[in-house]
Amino acid sequence: MKHRLSWFNVTSLTLGFAFLYLPMLILIIFSFNDSRLVTVWGGFSTRWYGALFQNQQFLDAAWVTLKVALFSSTLATVLGTMAAYVLVRAGRFPGRTLFSGMSYAPLVMPEVITGLSLLLLFIAIGLDRGVFTIVLAHTTFAMCYVSVVVSSRLMTFDRSLEEAALDLGCTPFDAFRSVTLPIIMPAVISGWLLAFTLSLDDLVIASFTSGPSSTTLPIKIFSAVRLGVSPEINALSTIVISIVAVGVITASLISKHTIARRQREEMEAGHG
Amino acid sequence: MPSNPAIAANTRPWRDPAAKPFISIKSVTKRFGDFTAVNDVSLDIFRGELFCLLGGSGCGKSTLLRMLAGFETPTAGQIIIDGQDMGRVTPDKRPTNMMFQSYALFPHMSVEKNVAYGLMREGKSRAEAYERVGEMLKLVKLDQFARRKPHQLSGGQRQRVALARALAKQPKVLLLDEPLGALDKKLREETQFELVRIQETLGITFIVVTHDQDEAMTLATRIGVMTEGVIKQVGEPRQIYETPASRFVADFIGSVNLFEGQVQSLDGSQMRVRTTDLGEVLAPSAPGLSVGQTIWLAMRPERAWMTRDVPPDGVNTVPGVVQDMGYVGHMSSYLVQLANGRVIRVTQANEGRRDNPISWDESVHVSFDPPDFRVLTE
Ligand SMILES: Nc1ncnc2c1ncn2[C@@H]1O[C@H](COP(=O)(O)OP(=O)(O)OP(=O)(O)O)[C@@H](O)[C@H]1O
Ligand SMILES: [Mg+2]
Repeated sequence: MKHRLSWFNVTSLTLGFAFLYLPMLILIIFSFNDSRLVTVWGGFSTRWYGALFQNQQFLDAAWVTLKVALFSSTLATVLGTMAAYVLVRAGRFPGRTLFSGMSYAPLVMPEVITGLSLLLLFIAIGLDRGVFTIVLAHTTFAMCYVSVVVSSRLMTFDRSLEEAALDLGCTPFDAFRSVTLPIIMPAVISGWLLAFTLSLDDLVIASFTSGPSSTTLPIKIFSAVRLGVSPEINALSTIVISIVAVGVITASLISKHTIARRQREEMEAGHG
Repeated sequence: MPSNPAIAANTRPWRDPAAKPFISIKSVTKRFGDFTAVNDVSLDIFRGELFCLLGGSGCGKSTLLRMLAGFETPTAGQIIIDGQDMGRVTPDKRPTNMMFQSYALFPHMSVEKNVAYGLMREGKSRAEAYERVGEMLKLVKLDQFARRKPHQLSGGQRQRVALARALAKQPKVLLLDEPLGALDKKLREETQFELVRIQETLGITFIVVTHDQDEAMTLATRIGVMTEGVIKQVGEPRQIYETPASRFVADFIGSVNLFEGQVQSLDGSQMRVRTTDLGEVLAPSAPGLSVGQTIWLAMRPERAWMTRDVPPDGVNTVPGVVQDMGYVGHMSSYLVQLANGRVIRVTQANEGRRDNPISWDESVHVSFDPPDFRVLTE
């Protein structure tokens, strides 16, 4: 059946998307502006992208950001998957509700508070702020997202698959590695991508936990913009937007298609 | 129809009091919170048996099986397999393999990888493992499907993969939880035959959980009838059917007419029983009965016979009216209403083409041969 969009639907859709994406669209368009003036169109050019790759400060910040995102998302994926596994699998143990509530709390905690409390912690234990502390901070908050994605997958995972692996002579860890993990892998990857993009575009927590030698791209952009918006920043932001968009879209495609398919296969394999 | 395994005909170790059981379940209890799923069960199973645990939904069959496999720990009691106490033995170290109610095939592995899985964990070489996989797939007639993924198979084929996977490691004991549950009737009967064939070929001890009494009757060397966490009776299919030990078992296996009554007089091998439905009847006496005791007489529908006229000797005969009948080909099943309103079930074999079979609303006389009554005290 084909739905014809009514006049009202078209309008609200346009308005909604315009509201969401018009600012970004303008930014992207102006990143290809030949003029130095940000608001005056001077013809199409990619010169600001070229200039960007000459700017050592931006390149350094990009490298820091990438390192932080890679390490923190990987760490968050390992920890988040473990947390999800325990929460879904361990059944009832004393404090389970508290533990599961606590592991989701950072999702709704204002970032300023997360950032501030981490800062206080790092100062208290005398940890020098730098790439390492940003990685730790990002791991902390990205881990909850991973854990949500993975535990929703584990919820529907047929427990008897693991029992079958144990029955056939596996240790519990071996069973997890060879049966559970491959089956929930799409969810784990999609959690990783989510953690990666979250880390890429975080400003607040990073600015609390970064040191002088370790500026991330969002921090760099933010401080540069305070001195005035330059076309270079537009170009940089456009690149960040595309990376994030690719990450988010891939993550959602994986969860839509691959996870759904795996789940179907598992169900079909499990029932006659 | 599949035949019962050969072991039942030749050797019946359970009849020999000196025989050593292969699996001993000793006073095993399992509680979940304050709910008792398995209550003080003791059971001996012998090598090479095909033992069926039969019972309704939720009676604790799966729980008992899972305790044998090691997925649940008994709250109390002991399980011994082949002389070894299973108390601290984890599932991966037990000499058992399980075929799951849901099959639990690994969806991300091909059929042959599924079957090879347990062999590879054993530290077998690839060549060795895959040779065995080939044998197993041939045994379950799936050799052409080795490369397929489980979701590309039919229900019956998946069930056979699950069987092959569980058999591949040549366990001492194979535990099967409702192995044929998901199959349609025809496939089910074929597969029952296959199961018996495979069990006979390999000589592995099978413990099969089922809620289907026909399945238990066809497959089993012995049946354990379970209800509410206890095993009510253990015996060969014939024993369970012919000499049930309680009203529950009599009623659970096949259909039965139960008549409550009091012992009127005891006379050697026979006794007189006063029943509400049949009046005074003759029944075989059993040791330990006393005059005035309340007992139940169980009568299988096919053991009662039905005539239009009063039979000559007139013992144990009651009049009634045919209320309903059903024609099932080789026999007909009747519901006969007695004078006091009680309806009993009678089946008659359809031998030859009798011209004038008994039909609806006819007045009949139903007779019972005294030895065909089974006297029950519980
Ligand atoms: N992990 C558990 N926690 C609490 N109760 C349980 C658990 N496992 C089983 N039970 C309960 O124990 C009882 C027996 O369960 P079991 O699975 O052994 O039944 P079953 O005889 O296999 O039934 P079915 O034929 O439906 O499979 C059920 O009432 C069930 O609710
Ligand atoms: Mg069950």
